Amino acid sequence: MPDKILKELTLKIWRQKNAKAKGGFETYKIRDISGGTSFLEMLDILNEQLVSENKEPVAFDHDCREGICGMCSLFINGRAHGPDDEVTTCQLHLRRFKDGETITIEPRSSGAFPVIKDLIVDRKAFEKIQQAGGYVSVTTGGVPDGNAIPVPSEKAEEAMDAAACIGCGACVATCKNSSAMLFVAAKVSQLALLPQGKIEAARRARAMVAKMDELGFGNCTNTGACESECPKKISIEHIARLNREYLKAKLQE
Amino acid sequence: MNSFITSSIGKKAIMSVSGFFLVSFLCVHLTANLMIVVDSSGEIFNEVCHFMATNPVVRVIEPVLALGFLLHIALASWITLQNRAARPVKYARSNQAGNASWVSRNMYILGALILVFLLLHLWNFWWKIKFAGDPLLEEIEVNGVLVENTYALVSGLFKTSVVYCGLYILGGVLLGLHLAHGFGAAFQSIGLSNRVWRKRWAFLGTLFAVIVAGGFSIIPIYFLLGLGG
Repeated sequence: MPDKILKELTLKIWRQKNAKAKGGFETYKIRDISGGTSFLEMLDILNEQLVSENKEPVAFDHDCREGICGMCSLFINGRAHGPDDEVTTCQLHLRRFKDGETITIEPRSSGAFPVIKDLIVDRKAFEKIQQAGGYVSVTTGGVPDGNAIPVPSEKAEEAMDAAACIGCGACVATCKNSSAMLFVAAKVSQLALLPQGKIEAARRARAMVAKMDELGFGNCTNTGACESECPKKISIEHIARLNREYLKAKLQE
Repeated sequence: MNSFITSSIGKKAIMSVSGFFLVSFLCVHLTANLMIVVDSSGEIFNEVCHFMATNPVVRVIEPVLALGFLLHIALASWITLQNRAARPVKYARSNQAGNASWVSRNMYILGALILVFLLLHLWNFWWKIKFAGDPLLEEIEVNGVLVENTYALVSGLFKTSVVYCGLYILGGVLLGLHLAHGFGAAFQSIGLSNRVWRKRWAFLGTLFAVIVAGGFSIIPIYFLLGLGG
């Protein structure tokens, strides 16, 4: 069955020249577009249109377009990654929208994720948190044998669930407090659950939380909005673990 | 350790522990209040009030309780201000309602309304009992001991004012809503939750919220129905 054709879509897009400029919404029309078009392809088509009219194209983040890199962002109709659950913006298609609909597209802004241009926000804050402790130090030696360090399968599964985080920032964007707790919880959990990561668990929890706070993310108030919008369905159970790890680490100080 | 209090998780842990402390107070308060409904002569309630007013342990805990309230309120204000500042440019369109419950998103507002109710409540009873006095409080004898007639003060308020009955029911409901999120969140904030316990806390939180809202509301309803002595 061929995809249906949407006759007209109205796009309300946030335009902002640079980090310092004051932004505002511009309205664009897209006509006769297939429902099978992905959301990012639609923005590509819009940009071709804008270029042909000698206008500045809309800047937006994208990379793999396969839902695994975490690069695409966007706040579409009030939701991070748009109306679908458990998918990233690049996996969203126009068949999810009605003909004639107005789609509001905003950058996922927060104090810690300032807008660079149009729909692109600076997510380096996540890198800084990772650099503060989101790793296992290996200073020497080769890779150990796969079965040399026993890991219970349920722990391995849980660690893998946490490791599914692609660092897209949907949690921060969705949280009414702009809290990065789900991201930090996923990164702390995936290592704290495994024997290799346990060694540095206390230092890691302290350093990553301190960095998160320093960068101006808000405080978690347990609303659970983050997990409902996370494209990888990371659970706030990991936030409970982060709280536990951090409190334990602080008591050890 | 000083970085603990300023850290986001530290602040939430203190919110949680002070919250638990206030919850334990609510349990004692509710149990004492229900004596009003259990005994329409008011004797048991008056005895309980007399005990609370004279017991040295309770006297020591009272200022600690006040501190618990202040700590809970001060930290909530600090957290709320920081969280508001964390997103300088607000969204034009946001689907907050679809992502999280209204209660979880409005704990500060609920808390503020509860504070207003608390001040009214203190003025109605605590202030009169401790400082201002009231003719209704005239001492009576219960089992050979002279006690203030606190029951008369309570029944006097509810029997003469439907508005106050309504306000106290509203107070109970607000408290229930605050606890419906707060109870489970307090466990989450100190890390005592996982896949299994999360559902249990959610269930127990709802149950506790219903007990608190219902329990405190029963008293004005009891007088509204004309059952009080």
